[in-house]
Formats: sequence, C-alpha cells, structure tokens
Amino acid sequence: MRRSFHLLFCTVLCATSVALAACGGGNQTQQTAPPTEGGAAPATPGAAVPATVDAATAATVTGKVTFAGTPPPAQPVKLSSDPYCEKANAGLKTETEVIGSDGSVGNVFVYVKDGLGNRTFPAPSQPVVLDQKGCHYTPHVLGIQVGQPLQIVNSDDTLHNVHGLPKSNKEFNQGQPIQGMKMTHTFSTKEVMIPFKCDVHGWMNAWIGVLDHPYYAVTATNGTFSLKGLPPGTYTIEAWHEKLGTQTQTVTVGEKETKDLAFTFKA
Amino acid sequence: MLPFFAALVAASTAVLIFAGGLVTSTGSGLSVPDWPNTYGWFMWTFPLSKMVGGIFYEHLHRLVASTVGFLIVVLAIWLRRAEPRRWVRRLGYLALAAVITQGILGGITVLWYLPDAISIAHASLAQIVFCLTTTIALVTSRGWKQGYEPRIPDPGSRIPPRDTTLERIAIITTVAIYVQIVIGATMRHTGAGLAIPDFPLSFGHVIPTHWDPKIAIHFAHRAGAAAVTLLIAATSGHVLYHHRGSRELVRPVILWLVLVALQVALGGLTVLSQKHFIVNSLHVVNGALVLVTSLVLTLRAHRTRLGDVLETSHSPAAQTFMGRDTDVRDTTVREARA
Repeated sequence: MRRSFHLLFCTVLCATSVALAACGGGNQTQQTAPPTEGGAAPATPGAAVPATVDAATAATVTGKVTFAGTPPPAQPVKLSSDPYCEKANAGLKTETEVIGSDGSVGNVFVYVKDGLGNRTFPAPSQPVVLDQKGCHYTPHVLGIQVGQPLQIVNSDDTLHNVHGLPKSNKEFNQGQPIQGMKMTHTFSTKEVMIPFKCDVHGWMNAWIGVLDHPYYAVTATNGTFSLKGLPPGTYTIEAWHEKLGTQTQTVTVGEKETKDLAFTFKA
Repeated sequence: MLPFFAALVAASTAVLIFAGGLVTSTGSGLSVPDWPNTYGWFMWTFPLSKMVGGIFYEHLHRLVASTVGFLIVVLAIWLRRAEPRRWVRRLGYLALAAVITQGILGGITVLWYLPDAISIAHASLAQIVFCLTTTIALVTSRGWKQGYEPRIPDPGSRIPPRDTTLERIAIITTVAIYVQIVIGATMRHTGAGLAIPDFPLSFGHVIPTHWDPKIAIHFAHRAGAAAVTLLIAATSGHVLYHHRGSRELVRPVILWLVLVALQVALGGLTVLSQKHFIVNSLHVVNGALVLVTSLVLTLRAHRTRLGDVLETSHSPAAQTFMGRDTDVRDTTVREARA
C-alpha cells in the first residue's frame, strides 16, 4: 500500500514538474513563433507547364457583383466582452454582407476556377497581410497563392488568437497576446475558402482563398472586380460569397480582349 | 473535518463542471491556444486584465480545474492518513487518477483543436470525477456511518430494509442517466445542439420527418431524456411507496424530482433560446447534479449490503477486498467506538 502511494505521489510530482518546466514566463514571442509548414508550391505532376504569359496578348475579365432584392442591414457587433475593443471600434458592424444601396456586393471572392490547364505559377515572395485592427480582420476576404507567405499582424493592444480552419491544409491556432506581434504562415494546397476566426472575440472572422495561380480578386464595396493578365482562352469564373453562396460563369477571351461579367445573387 | 472537506471537494467539482459548460457554450475552447501555459504565462501569473472575451471562460476553467485538482490531491492524502477503510482510501486514489487524466484530456483537446472524441471523453470523465468526489463525501459523512451502526437489526433503526428491486432499478437509472449525459456531450461537441430547432416537437412532429447524423444524435438525447425521466419517476414512485419513512431515501428522491423537472425545462430553454450560454451551462451542471443525486440514492439503497461487504472485515469477501492491514485498523476503530 505504501509503495503504491509513493508511486502515485511520484506521478503527481512528475506531472507538476512537467507543467512548471513548460512555463514560459513572459517570453510570449517564442510562444507565438510562426509555424513553418509547406513552403514552396507542390510541383504539378507530369505535364506541368511553367506559365509564360505574354503581356502583349494578355486578356482581362472585369465585372460586377450585385444583389437582387432588399439587402439585409449590417448588424452592430456587441463588443462588451473586451473593453479595449469597445473603445477602439465602437460602432463596428457585421461584415458578412457588404451591400451598397445600388445592390453592389463587396467582399466577394472572384477567381478562375478552371481553364488554366497545366500551367504553373511561381508563388510571389511578397507577403499578403492580414491585420487584426480594431478587433476585426482587415481585409475580411482575401486571396493568396500556394506557398506565398501570409503575414498576420496584431495591431491591437489586446490579445488575439489566429485560428485557421482549413479542410485540405493543416489547421493552426496561434496566440498573439502583444500589440505588434507578427506571424507568417504558408499554405501547401489550394483551398477555396479557408475560414479564420478569433476565439477570444467571437465576432471576428475572415476568409482566405488559396489558389495555385494569381487570377483572383475580391470585389470592392462597389461590387467591381478585375482579373488581369489572363492568357487567351476559355475560363470558368466563380464568384464566392460567405453567405450568398457561389455562382459560376464561362467566358472566352481572345488576345488583348476584355470581357465584362455580371454576377447577380438573390436573397 | 474530513467529511466537510470531502463535501467541499464535491461541491467544487460541480462548479468546475459549470465552468467547463461555459467554455463550450461560449465557443471559447480554443481562445487560449497553448497549454498548460496561457499565452506563454504560467497559468497562475496570467494577468487578470487580459482575461477578456473567450479567454475569460477558458482561463477561468483552467484555474478552477487546477484548484479542484489540488483539492483532490489534498483529499487523497487526507484519506490516506485518516481514513481506516481501505476501499474509501482507494476511492481517493481513483479520484486523483481521474482528475489528472481529466486535466491531460483537457490539454490534449486544446492542443489538437477540440477533436470530438477527446472533447466528449473530457466531458464524460468530468462526470466520473464528480461521482467519485460525491461518493467520497457520502461515505465519509456521519450519516452514512451511523446509518448501519449498530449492526443489530432494530425496528427503530434508520437503516432501510434491503430492497433488491430498489437496488436494481437505482443502478439501472444511474447508468441510464450517465449514458444520457454522454449522449448530451456528444450532441454538444458535434454541434448538434440545434439540429432540431423546435421544442418539445421535432420539426413539428413527435418523430423527425427527416434525418441526418446530427438530427439523430439530437433526437437520441431527447428520447434518452424521456426514458431517463420515466426511470426516475418509477424509482421515485417505488421509494415514496415502499420507503416513505426512510428520510435518507425520500430526501434525495424529492431533490431528484425537482432537478429532473428543472433539467427538462433547461433542455427546452436551451433550444428555444438558441443555446444561450448561461442556460446551456446550467443544463450541463444540472444534469451532473441529477446524476450524483441518483448515485447517492443508489449508494444509500445499497448501504446495508455495502456495509456488510465493505465496512466490516468479518466476511470472507471483506477479508479479500480489504486486506489484513485494514482488518486490523477496522477492528481497532470498532473497539475504540465501543
């Protein structure tokens, strides 16, 4: 009996020691060191063709996304769970539906879903920035290429956790307790769309579209978008909205041609 | 003093379950991404001013959990030093092992982004910890000890006569309540809490007209609630009819009936309020209280038999179970009492 008690006591002692050894004190920077995963975009197997788009013949697809019907009004966000947020961004409203009085829809991710064949595109080294400022994500919707660095910044004087919930890529959850902290993340697989959220502030969410090419855009508040530098060809263009869903259209563009598309979502 | 402390530990376990319910109900489970630290700070040095948003619930849960863990360590040591019954001391070790496992499960579920299986295991083991601390509080209480002493049958004794029907139905009901709580935990952690949006009907019907896995889990919890309510009603009816004079059985039954009525109401309100976090968390902790009330009733229903087997060292079963050292201790205790 005495021996089993000693064994139990040692177990508790060891568990406590492990817990204490793991204590980081004030060294939060190490705690939130950015994960490194993926890296460069995976090579397309077989007949992958490095893209060489001739700027002289490149085409453009432009367009506008609108909403038919009475748009739901943006709702005020209750920020009382964090006094900093309440002070920093009083009047913050939901960004789920950014719809203008003329029905133009912002925050729609428009991208080439199909038609680029086996072309491959190198990942830009310039990072895409996702900022946590005023207790909301800026921008709310963004696009990035596979292997391109995503720099996530905490501009707020409060704690955020950055929680990405991809299905094809690897889930991650990093804390950023100090203002000015940055972390960099890369995605290894294309995925449209990846939700981001802050579990500290339940209202904070963002969406990231990860593609293996650079032909994507996010509509401005006036609902317009532009996909430039496309090789002549026939493409499937998809417009994605976090609440209104998706729509696709097929478009054929010739050399130097510009085609205009109109996407209309309904209630 | 030990009975009071054991009761305090049991009560603190209920508080811990409520705090855990708040974490799930507010969706704060991942608001502190690291473990066992909190944003790099040692848990107990994390500034209170930084307990904002979801961190408040998650970090509070961790603080309460580590406090309860510490209390259970103290309880196990105290039992080891002061409790003559070996099986009660073993309960203390078991509670300690369970709460350590529970803490590790809590850490794993955070580090692995709340996998359903781990989160459900964490919620289910919490009930076991509560059952263990409640059992310790019960069997160390003066009422429990006095209830079977003296051992000579006495018409005026508070000992209820052995009732095998009650013994069986009480066990069945307690197990059924535990299974129902596990189904509820599965529903919570798989996001099926509002899979059926109306109450008391299901999509306007008694039985849902369409099904998917979440609806099935949700409906299983409702069907389980009906089954458990019937079992509790049957057990309560049995106690009130056959053991009306036995206060130690009637009291938990009355408490049980109140808690069950409250539990059904809270379950309905959870759906109708779109899972309001306070209502939802009260539903969780009240469910745990229904379980331990059932456990107390079950243990009291078995008390005479447990007393024969576990509290004395005369029977061969007791000799086998308790071992020689306890035999000596128990004899000494009995002699001292005599």
